[in-house]
Amino acid sequence: MNMKKNLPARRRKNSAAAATEICLAALTWAAALLSAGVLLYLIGFILSRGLPYLKPSLFSLRYNSTNVSLLPALISTVYMTLLSLALALPLGIGAAIYLAEYARRGHRGVLLIRLAAETLAGIPSIVYGLFGMLFFVTWLGWGYSLLAGACTLAVMILPLLLRASEEALLAVPDAYREGALALGAGKLRTVWRIVLPAAVPGVLAGVILAVGRVVGETAALIYTAGTVARIPVDVFSSARTLSVHMYALSREGLHTNEAYATAVVLLAAVTGLNALAASVAGRLRRES
Amino acid sequence: MNVFEIAQLNLWYGSFQALKNVGLAAADGEITALIGPSGCGKSTLLKVLNRMNDLEPECRITGSVLLRGEDIYGGMNVNELRKRVGMVFQKPNPFPMSVYDNIAFGPRTHGVKSRLELDETVEMSLRQAAIWDEVKDRLRKSALGLSGGQQQRLCIARALAVAPEVLLLDEPTSALDPISTGKIEELLLELKNNYSIIIVTHNMQQATRISDKTAFFLLGEMVEYGDTEKIFTLPRDKRTEDYVTGRFG
Repeated sequence: MNMKKNLPARRRKNSAAAATEICLAALTWAAALLSAGVLLYLIGFILSRGLPYLKPSLFSLRYNSTNVSLLPALISTVYMTLLSLALALPLGIGAAIYLAEYARRGHRGVLLIRLAAETLAGIPSIVYGLFGMLFFVTWLGWGYSLLAGACTLAVMILPLLLRASEEALLAVPDAYREGALALGAGKLRTVWRIVLPAAVPGVLAGVILAVGRVVGETAALIYTAGTVARIPVDVFSSARTLSVHMYALSREGLHTNEAYATAVVLLAAVTGLNALAASVAGRLRRES
Repeated sequence: MNVFEIAQLNLWYGSFQALKNVGLAAADGEITALIGPSGCGKSTLLKVLNRMNDLEPECRITGSVLLRGEDIYGGMNVNELRKRVGMVFQKPNPFPMSVYDNIAFGPRTHGVKSRLELDETVEMSLRQAAIWDEVKDRLRKSALGLSGGQQQRLCIARALAVAPEVLLLDEPTSALDPISTGKIEELLLELKNNYSIIIVTHNMQQATRISDKTAFFLLGEMVEYGDTEKIFTLPRDKRTEDYVTGRFG
């Protein structure tokens, strides 16, 4: 009797639950579609505006105001990326090794460094630019240069690399450390030969993010590396990266189409770099 | 001859005393089993013997532990000690590298560089651990692709590669299926001809099958120590009897 009476009520409850579920599913679908749609639209827009203007003259060795060549900027971008990574990566990994392997876990100093890194990662890049201009450009007297720009960017990506590397090291199972120590390997050998190689994919993920920030940076570079559109001859030459080049073209308003073409190249470069890093990480993971 | 002589050993983690006045002598060429319920201190004692306890921040030890007459807490180089006293862990922990590099890691650590010598050591260790035939065609492949039982035998081979005098095993079969367990037990009986073995086990049948001596621990105390047969058939202590007959634990 009782059961029979409950039946319609339960059915109603079930159908209400099913309706909620359908609604939620539709919402998540819509969210996924919208995000993918925005991204695809953006890429499509840039390609459609930029591809027709991707002419050989854009890749001339020398920039002038008629050909608005992006090649010097492309080369400067490569230099800038390599130089800032070369400066920041050893520091970031070294500090991460100290924090994850040598410092006592949960020590107040460690927490302070971590907090500092997180805070630094959230500072707007123009602040780094200002610091770079005052410190590297003016105080050290390097002028607007590749070196000043790379140092500024290195300071900017350091917290990012530090945190990514530290997370990667902490994610390495303690069982590996114990295994190595139990064979009579010292701390140093354990860290270098066992823990660090196991952490490489995670470190690389940090490197990808860092490269993305370097390649996409403008604000911090305009006042440290300057905007001279020539291929830099040494680290004290001013250098204009692709993003800065794009910014300069759009600001002048005379070469908007070429700015879009530059964006296409920038897009391709970032995609290529990410694919490269992903394949390296994948190969390392397979080997291990 | 005794390989290990432990006397009046006390160990604290912070204010908790994990081992109370333990005294025990492990003989050469024998398998010594440490049994007892969880938290009784048997794994702790094992980690004292190769000083893996040094890694615990709040660990304090009194008493003496002699390895062939040498005090291991009296100025002996820890890395040298761990070369002489190998350890195999509860969960197989091969390094994320090739089978060959796993085995060669120990010898390389202790300065072996010659390719020929490494090749020989790797093959000999894998043969001793009865896994050579299964991995000889895939020495260059990742050790993580092996089954759990194979991984554990690989870890035993890795420990053997530095030519230790003693092998410590911390519940080496508790994560394995019965067939792999059987293989490891056979292997240990084979190995005891060349190495002294101290094994922590939860499995009392395992202790009776392979060990010569058994020590029973309870709440940090060593209740009874003697020939395995005696411990399991004619225990002197009531608590030992209760445990080995399965009345608690």
